[in-house]
Amino acid sequence: MTTDTKIRDGGPAMRRSASRRTSGEGLFKFLATAAGVVLLAIMAAIAVFLIAEAIPALQANKGGFFTDLVWEPNSSQVFGIGALAFGTVLSSGIALVIATPIAVGVALFISHYAPRRLAGPLGYLIDLLAAVPSVIYGLWGLAFLVPLLREPSRWLNEHFGWFPLFAGEGAIGGKTMLAGGIVLAIMILPIIAAISREVFLQVPRMNEEAALALGATRWEMIRMAVLPFGRPGVISAAMLGLGRAMGETIAVALIFPATFDISVQILTPHGNSIAANIANGFGEATPIGRGALIASGLVLFVITLLVNMAARMIINRRKEYARAGA
Amino acid sequence: MTLQQEAARRPRGVQHISTGRRVKDRFVQGLVYLAFAMAVVPLVSVLWLVISNGLARFDLEFMTHSMRGIGARDAGGGAYHAIIGTVEQVLLASAISVPIGLLTAIYLVEYGNGGRLSRAISFFVDVMTGVPSVVAGLFILAFWILFLGMPYSGWAGAMALSILMMPTVVRSTEEMLRLVPADLREASYALGVPKWRTIMKIVLPTAFTGIVTGVMLAVARVAGETAPILLTVFFTDSINNDPFSGPQMGLPLYVFDQAARPNDTAIDRAWTGALTLILIVMLLNLVARLIAWWRAPAKGR
Amino acid sequence: MSKQIQVSGLDAYYGAHKAIEDVSMTIEPRSITAFIGPSGCGKSTFLRTLNRMHEVIPGARVEGKVLLDGDDLYGASVEPVSVRRMIGMVFQRPNPFPTMSIYDNVAAGLRLNGRLPKSQLDGIVEESLKGANLWNEVKDRLTKPGAGLSGGQQQRLCIARAIAVKPQVLLMDEPCSALDPISTLAIEDLMAKLKDEFTIVIVTHNMQQAARVSDRTAFFNLAGQGQPGKVVEMDETSRMFTNPSQKATEDYITGRFG
Repeated sequence: MTTDTKIRDGGPAMRRSASRRTSGEGLFKFLATAAGVVLLAIMAAIAVFLIAEAIPALQANKGGFFTDLVWEPNSSQVFGIGALAFGTVLSSGIALVIATPIAVGVALFISHYAPRRLAGPLGYLIDLLAAVPSVIYGLWGLAFLVPLLREPSRWLNEHFGWFPLFAGEGAIGGKTMLAGGIVLAIMILPIIAAISREVFLQVPRMNEEAALALGATRWEMIRMAVLPFGRPGVISAAMLGLGRAMGETIAVALIFPATFDISVQILTPHGNSIAANIANGFGEATPIGRGALIASGLVLFVITLLVNMAARMIINRRKEYARAGA
Repeated sequence: MTLQQEAARRPRGVQHISTGRRVKDRFVQGLVYLAFAMAVVPLVSVLWLVISNGLARFDLEFMTHSMRGIGARDAGGGAYHAIIGTVEQVLLASAISVPIGLLTAIYLVEYGNGGRLSRAISFFVDVMTGVPSVVAGLFILAFWILFLGMPYSGWAGAMALSILMMPTVVRSTEEMLRLVPADLREASYALGVPKWRTIMKIVLPTAFTGIVTGVMLAVARVAGETAPILLTVFFTDSINNDPFSGPQMGLPLYVFDQAARPNDTAIDRAWTGALTLILIVMLLNLVARLIAWWRAPAKGR
Repeated sequence: MSKQIQVSGLDAYYGAHKAIEDVSMTIEPRSITAFIGPSGCGKSTFLRTLNRMHEVIPGARVEGKVLLDGDDLYGASVEPVSVRRMIGMVFQRPNPFPTMSIYDNVAAGLRLNGRLPKSQLDGIVEESLKGANLWNEVKDRLTKPGAGLSGGQQQRLCIARAIAVKPQVLLMDEPCSALDPISTLAIEDLMAKLKDEFTIVIVTHNMQQAARVSDRTAFFNLAGQGQPGKVVEMDETSRMFTNPSQKATEDYITGRFG
């Protein structure tokens, strides 16, 4: 090919340097593209290999994977994801309900309330919350939060026991859904706060000034200009937090008592989640047991994937909207 | 001051806003401050407990000994094997994810041109940030250990961690590359320097400190991950310096293991492990932020 | 409906930097007062001190007195929020609330002061849009987003929003600088009509505009880079543009600098 060009070429010097450039350039571009494709391939491979390794266990299942509550792949070979999926949804739901309002408050504090010079360092403080490893939150929850919640749990149960979430008899407090939910809330709070803060800071200054010039108080300005603009961002931030909470493993593996039933009583020692069950059950798992855990991980993967994709689509749509508005 | 007096002092023309509006404004301000306080309390509480409980065993033996031959109720023992394991696994994870992450970011910024492939990669990088860490571990377990029949090892753990690192590295690098001014690139093109050499010689060096910050934050994140290594490096009480053969330990896994044991000596070790881990992670974070902060004013100059 | 503004000895700061110094003037009701001067001379800053929008910027503060029919706007017991309620403002770039409909944009200020019956609100919205010469163009699409209008229409929407709360004074900060000539003409016509009802203060870069629309003109200038801006001269517009008393004013108006 090179000789070909040389024969036909009128300006050999120029052409040669051009062809050398193309080859270096081509290789580099190929590498960059390949790296991107590798990333896509990894995502696909995760799905493929989880499915492949889950199938034998699913075939050996003597119960219904989506209907059974028990998880005995190692002994009776009956296992179902029902209780685990329920626990995952309930615990991350609790986390979301607790974390979202606080995170929005934190984001507003950093973006619109804190003195300007302090806003940066204070924001960093919140980011540090995300830097604490999850195993440490688990340890903290076990040693500090669980005992701390005992009395408030009893009080709630005594006075609001008619409310299903706070119902229950006998042992109140201890390793509960509430404790797990609070730990998860602390862990997802910095994510929701960070994304919300970014969108609140992006609110065009002229919209805020428009509200102020109409005689709005600070809160009215936030309600008129900041919150409507930030709403899609906050929604997707909350969804990303939800995805994170559902996949969180070690902290809840330490806190949840690993029960296999469906109960909405968040003050009694109940609780488990798909991720916690994987961490707790892996050590003693037989080959069927490992396959069963992989199958449950596949379910978790699909759920978090859907939640994350939905959240990203909301963000991306908002980006386009913002661009069209500008 | 009576109401009449206040009304008299007040300029006639300028009316006050209604009490309801003022109260609401103050109330929301109170809530916002309260929210911030509520977010800081757990951070302080966690740090305080880790430091006060962790100092008990924060000694030379902890840093230099493994758990080999330490019985269930024995005091003593250390996390040397776990620290070694974490350092090796994180370094290997970086060795995998940094080149792939960098190149992917370069593709997205310099070659993607908003085409379908680049949009797909960009979207899935975002989605990948949301892959639960336990799923990354399960994937390596399914692929490397069960499908290929390889043994548990530090290397397997590093692969699982690298899956968690990649999207973070891509995003932070991408952001930094986009900050490099276009005139800098054009000045280089105008001199006849080909694109790839411009990227290597001009763009990457300009963005270098920012990229380092991003990588360090990614390292800090995965250094504290437990679930992926639990499923892939397995577990050991002994020192294993070779990440390519046999089970290893990791510091977060060590904390998890000790915390789940019922005796106080183990709990003490768990706290000290937690303290060591938090020191490593916070130090990485702090240095990364310092680099970013130290470089930021230079942009203005 | 329309009030006089008296300013005496007013200084405005951004942190340590003094942006304007010792400004004193009287702005008459039911007239248009224009501020002209080179960029960075502090005329927009001064305008924003009149409705206490200046202090919205972190580190910014004001010293001196601004009297609205004798009431000091910077008095100890006066809230900025109520000042802004009485002194409306239109900005350089049209800034309707992007998430709100045309109707809601106009009603935004009214809703701050408690609920009004729907019929009354409808009436004020229609009246304000008519007042801003926009009613005929938007009456069939009041529920559509305000951001969908053209630039000139958006600016008139912002004027409608400002006059809907029936302020005493209307401040306009280069309201036409982002608009095309036809939209500019529409706004200028509108100003001539609004001055029957409001005290209007306009900052403009465009001297022809000042000459066309205003009754009185103040010329701002600064002694040099980093120096605070001052009022060089203020007079009837006709006199300012034909026979200014200061050399600097003449130089600026005749285009010798600025």
